[in-house]
Parts: sequence; structure tokens; C-alpha cells
Amino acid sequence: MNNNRVFNVLIVGVGGQGIILASDVLSRVAARHGYDVKKNEIHGMAQRGGSVSSHVRFGTSVSSPIIKVGEADVLLSFEQLETVRYFPFLSDSGKVIVNDQKILPPAVFTGKQEYPPDVLEKIKEKVPDAVIVDGTRVANKLGNPRVLNVIFLGLLSTYVDIPAETYEEVLKESLKPKLVDINLKAIHEGSSLAPN
Amino acid sequence: MKELLSGNEAIARGAYESGVRLASAYPGTPSTEILEFIGRNYPEIKAGWAPNEKVALEVAAGAAYGGARSVAIMKHVGLNVAADPFMTLSYTGVNGGMVIVVCDDPDMHSSQNEQDTRHYAKFAKVPCLEPSDSQEAKDMMGEALRISEKFDTPVIVRSTTRISHSMSLVETGARSEGPSELGLKKDPAKFVMLPAFARRRHPVVEQRLKDLASFAEEFQHNKIIMGDESLGIISSGVAFQYAREAIPEASFLKLGMVWPLPQKMIRDFASRVKRLVVIEELDPFLEEAIRLMGIEVEGKELTGLCGELSPEKVESALRGSSSAKSVGPIEMELPLRPPNMCPGCPHRASFSALKKNKVYVAGDIGCYTLGALPPVGMLDHCLCMGAGIGIAAGLDRVLGELAEGKAVAVIGDSTFFHSGMTPLLELAYNGGSTTVLILDNRTTAMTGAQPHPGTGYTLRQDPTITADIEKLAESFGFKRIQTINPYHVKEMEKAVKEELQASEPSLIIARAPCALLKTDRILPDRPLRVREDVCKGCKSCINTGCPALEFVKIEEPTEGEKRKGHSRINEALCVGCRTCMEVCKFDAIEEAS
Repeated sequence: MNNNRVFNVLIVGVGGQGIILASDVLSRVAARHGYDVKKNEIHGMAQRGGSVSSHVRFGTSVSSPIIKVGEADVLLSFEQLETVRYFPFLSDSGKVIVNDQKILPPAVFTGKQEYPPDVLEKIKEKVPDAVIVDGTRVANKLGNPRVLNVIFLGLLSTYVDIPAETYEEVLKESLKPKLVDINLKAIHEGSSLAPN
Repeated sequence: MKELLSGNEAIARGAYESGVRLASAYPGTPSTEILEFIGRNYPEIKAGWAPNEKVALEVAAGAAYGGARSVAIMKHVGLNVAADPFMTLSYTGVNGGMVIVVCDDPDMHSSQNEQDTRHYAKFAKVPCLEPSDSQEAKDMMGEALRISEKFDTPVIVRSTTRISHSMSLVETGARSEGPSELGLKKDPAKFVMLPAFARRRHPVVEQRLKDLASFAEEFQHNKIIMGDESLGIISSGVAFQYAREAIPEASFLKLGMVWPLPQKMIRDFASRVKRLVVIEELDPFLEEAIRLMGIEVEGKELTGLCGELSPEKVESALRGSSSAKSVGPIEMELPLRPPNMCPGCPHRASFSALKKNKVYVAGDIGCYTLGALPPVGMLDHCLCMGAGIGIAAGLDRVLGELAEGKAVAVIGDSTFFHSGMTPLLELAYNGGSTTVLILDNRTTAMTGAQPHPGTGYTLRQDPTITADIEKLAESFGFKRIQTINPYHVKEMEKAVKEELQASEPSLIIARAPCALLKTDRILPDRPLRVREDVCKGCKSCINTGCPALEFVKIEEPTEGEKRKGHSRINEALCVGCRTCMEVCKFDAIEEAS
């Protein structure tokens, strides 16, 4: 990172997917690395299946707690549609990570509206190197569907200029002891999913 | 040591470090976490949830009168509830320092209006500080308490959603006690606002405001940061951060105290820049005050009056466009994802019974307000906390048979204790045939399950009294009171029908704990399933709006297939509340084995 270059990560998805925890850990990692950090999320409705977004910004000095539209370096999305909702935040040189999951919004599960059919193709059209991962499958392979968020945090870490040990330290500090091992496994698994 | 704290956590930390002895609040987004954080981390502070913001402010005022540093915490509309004591507290002043933390919600992320609290500071003639990050949020609590004691005034610390819910680094320190002596102090001329005494206090208030304006010139959080002189920006709070992000090279007058204003500093700054612009969210509060000083200034014609600002909005307002290079939108029709009542929510069951009775519903604020959204669509009014009962009574009294047997009020348990008791009393007193439903889910659910006087627990989970709604209504003179488990939808439907026919005020208490509560759980947590061959595809269950249900279209119907689709239950989400089973006319829903 250059002198006063701020790195912007936008994490989006649906309430209940562990977005807040993922962005909390990322913020603490950046702070521990010595960066100035600001993080903001709208979480009032998070428990009720609403759309959730969390902005994490770090660098030498950060002013705004929210990312300017068009300046996200990475858009990490836990749900297909939500990727599209927040897409304009992404910079034209930004990276996209998408969890290949559909969570039906009310208008869709009540049969009033269709879930758009070709979301992933449209993302690829705009950002050809978008990384799409079936996180649920990976999490089930590790034996715990709840580590989905940490798997993606691992994948995200490969785009961020902070050593892997810092993530491990923060995870060890912020989790209950019995959850540490599975989450360390998850973060390693996640980082191994990165394209070369 | 530096810690990453949210604005709300930093406000709590600031209260702790500054020797605050008492904190009182009613939950309300975006302010709720402040008292929760105090409750969890700072046993030195006597802290508790008040039934409403008026009481919270009065309890804090009592502590301050007794010489202790205190804080009352609320969301912006909470100050409306507390406005009565607040306005006269300005006259009495304090003794120990007292801060009223008020969190505004520009853009109404979780509110019914976007009123601007700075007007209240001006209205009551009290100072208002406004932090622009977590460090300032912590520091300004200390500053506010010192100002409160020095000038004998309550002080507002105004936050907004983006300050309260943003995290940034904070240098923390040790706790130090306030300077005042505790004790009962007899001083009727100051504390008893009889007309004769109040007349003597009013000039004190006016002089205080002048003294505070002089103090504002020296206040360390009001500062000029000179840059390019062609553009001078006056700003405060999160708007200052957006402006600095958008136009870092500009000159800034950053205000930490937004009332009263440092007029000399503003004149000095205005004289040093070519173009002067105020960047502020919501109302043109600073802009109008500066224009009244005879200074030419731009503001709301650039940024607008509604909603919140953002770095790109500020940049576009000042430069004409944003410099960011976005990848651009993906063009497609996007289904919205509004918040929804959770799977197993007892309110969904109550609304199902109301829907069967085709009633008109005056409601108010809580998770049940979400009942206004499709496919439930069963809430017809939401004005403010506690308003539904009065509105239903008013409709009933003037509409006669137009509303007879058709209009009901719904109110949650926490909202009932907040401001539903007095309208219920009015209803008993003045009569009518209104039916009131108290949707008692045993918690303050919307803000994240805070206890209240009806739950039996305090902020710190200590056991306490459990206020009895039935007995309360009885003592008010209600003769028709029924308590029902709302998951028994048919029973509930019958009760609503009976009470709608009654010609006197009636009360139904629909009691079942919030589906997210782990304690007192009555939900079986065993999923149900749809017998897909039996389901007729009528959508009765789908229209309860439960996220665990899905309507599956039949794309290629076999011969004789009349259905367009059938329901399906996502067993991972279903908690077995049986509301869908109760509304199904075809016995198509059963327990999953």
C-alpha cells in the first residue's frame, strides 16, 4: 500500500450469515497490523433476514467510515443477489469474491417474483476474474456449516497485504477456545481456495 | 492502549472514565448498545432500563441533582417523549454533571422520522456536542460533563447512526471521579420551578447561553484546519469525515460544539476562504445560523434536506461529480430484501388470526410494525410508540358503525410499558368498544431482546418484579380480558371475533415468547413439512410470510394437475411454531419425522 492509500473491503450478504463477525475480525487484524481502521455496518435488521453490508477501511489514516461508491478494492458477497445490489461500490479495478448461494427474498419465496436466473454470468461479464466458491460445500466438508464466514475471510486475506499469522492471532483471541481449531482450519482452507 | 470501539461503546467508555455514577435509557436504534455496554462492563455505574425516555431522563436528573455525574441515553424520537422534563431541566440546571446522549437516524435505517436533535439544543438553550468518530465520542463525554458542571446545564451529546455504529480506534484510560459532593441539597429557588422561581431562572439561562458561546471560541474540539483557501467547509459529525474524504485539500472549520456557535471563529474562517460551504446532514441548522450572522454561505441547495450524506454525495455536491471509477451497475430487476418477522414469530400467528377477522389495525413501533409489509399487510397505522390504542379509540368514537367490529389496536409488551398504559386508561375511562391486543413476546424484541418491567429481569439479568398486565387492566376497570397463546390461531381468531362484538372496551393478551429467546422457550424446535401431494397450492401458509416456507412452481404440469405450485418448508429454518399448520385448510402440513 502507498503512503496514504486506504484499502476498502465491502462485505455483503443476508442477516445471519456471519458478516458482522467476519468484518470485526478483519478490522481487528488491520488494527493489530498497525493500520488506522474504520468499519461501519447497518445491522439494525440483521436478525430479520434483511440485506446486510459492512464497510471495512484501513490505511495510514482513514476519514469516512463508509466506502465511496466506486472505491471498493474487494467486494466479498455471501449471497448471489446481494453482490448485484452493492456492485456499483466496486472500483473498476476491484476484485469480487462470491459465495455461490441463493437466499430467497420474500417476493421470491411467496412466488410473486423470480430470482434472477443468471447472476453469476453477469458478474463474470463485468469482472472476468471474479472468484465464485460454493462455501456451504467447503464448510460441510470441514464439518461445520457455521464457519462459512471464516472460510471467506481466509480467501479474502489473500487479497490483503497483512500476514496470515495476524488473522490467526485475532481469531484465537476473539473466539471461545473450543471453536478456535475449526476456525483456524477454515481460514487455511479459505486461503487455499485463492486463484494463483 | 488503543482499542477498536464502536461510537456507542466509546460513549459508554467515556461515561465510565469520567466517573459517571448513573445511566438510564430506553432501547432504541441506533442508541441501544450504549447502556448494554455499560451494563456488561462497568459495574461501577448504577444502570438500568427505564420504561421510557422521560423516566430515564428524570432518573438521571435526580442523580445529577444529588451531585452525581449521570447520563440519560435515547434515540432522537425518545427526546420527544422526554421533552417535558428536558425543557425545564434547562432552567433548574444540574449539580453533578449530566449528559443526555441522543442518537439521530438520518436515512431512517430503523426509525419513523429523521428529526434533527440540534433543534432541541437550540429550543432548550443547552449546549450540544457532536463527535465525528469513536475517539471523539469518548472524549466528548468527559468534555460534556465538565461543561455541564462549569455552566450548570444539561448537555446534549448528539450522535448519528453512522457514528454510533462505526468502529474506530480509541485511546482508553482509567476512571476518575467527578468533582461534586453528593448529598441532598435544599435550594428551592433553583430546583422548584414555581412561576416566581422560574422567572428568576430564565435570565440565568439566557446569560448561560452567552457564556457558552464565548466558551465555544476556546473549545478544543472547534478547530480551523487551513488548506486550499478557494474552498472553506464548515462541518461536524460524520459529515465532516465525508467532506474530508471527498475534498481533502479544502480548508475546514470543524465544529465539535454545534450549539451555541463560536461566532468569532466562524467570521474569521469565512474571511479567510473564497467560497464558504456548510456540509451538514438533515436540516440547514448551521447554515441558517451563519446566514443570520450576515455571512454568505452555501449549503442545502447543494446537499439536500433528506436522507444521509456519503463521500460521493459530498464530492458530487462540491465538484459536480465523483472522481471514483466504479465498475458500474449490473442491469437486472432486483427483488428487494426487506426485514421480515422471523420463522416462528408469535406476531405472525397473531396477524393470521387478525387477517381471518378482516380487521383494520392501528399499531405502533416494534417487530410487529413489519406486519404492514406484504404478504401479511395487516398493519394500517404506525405513528409513534404507544399511539395505536388512542388512534383505534378515536376511530371507534367518530366512525360509529363504519368502524364497529372492524378496528383494533395492537401494541407490544415493551411498548405497552413505554407508553401504552395511559391510552389504555383513557379507553377504560372514556369508554367505547375498542379491542386492544397486547402482543406480549416477553422482551423488547426489535432492538435485540432487552428486558423490561414485565420480564422479571433487569439490565444486568438480576431478578426483579414482573409487572402484571392483566391485573393492571383490571385495576383500570377493564371487564373483558382474555389471555391467549397466539400459536393457537383458531382460538385466537375466535377470541378476536368475540371481543370485536362486545360493546365495551376489551383486551386480548397474546402471550408467547419471541422466537429468538432461548429462555422460557415454548417452541418445539422440531420442523414441520408439507405433504406436497396433498397441498392444493392455495398459498394460505405462504401468505403468513414465513421465511421457512417457499412456493414451488410446477413448471411442467402432469395431466389433471390443477395447481400452479405447492408449498415447501425449509426444515433448516422451521422451528415448528405450527402457524402454517393452523391456517392450512387441507391438513397438508405435518411434523417432519
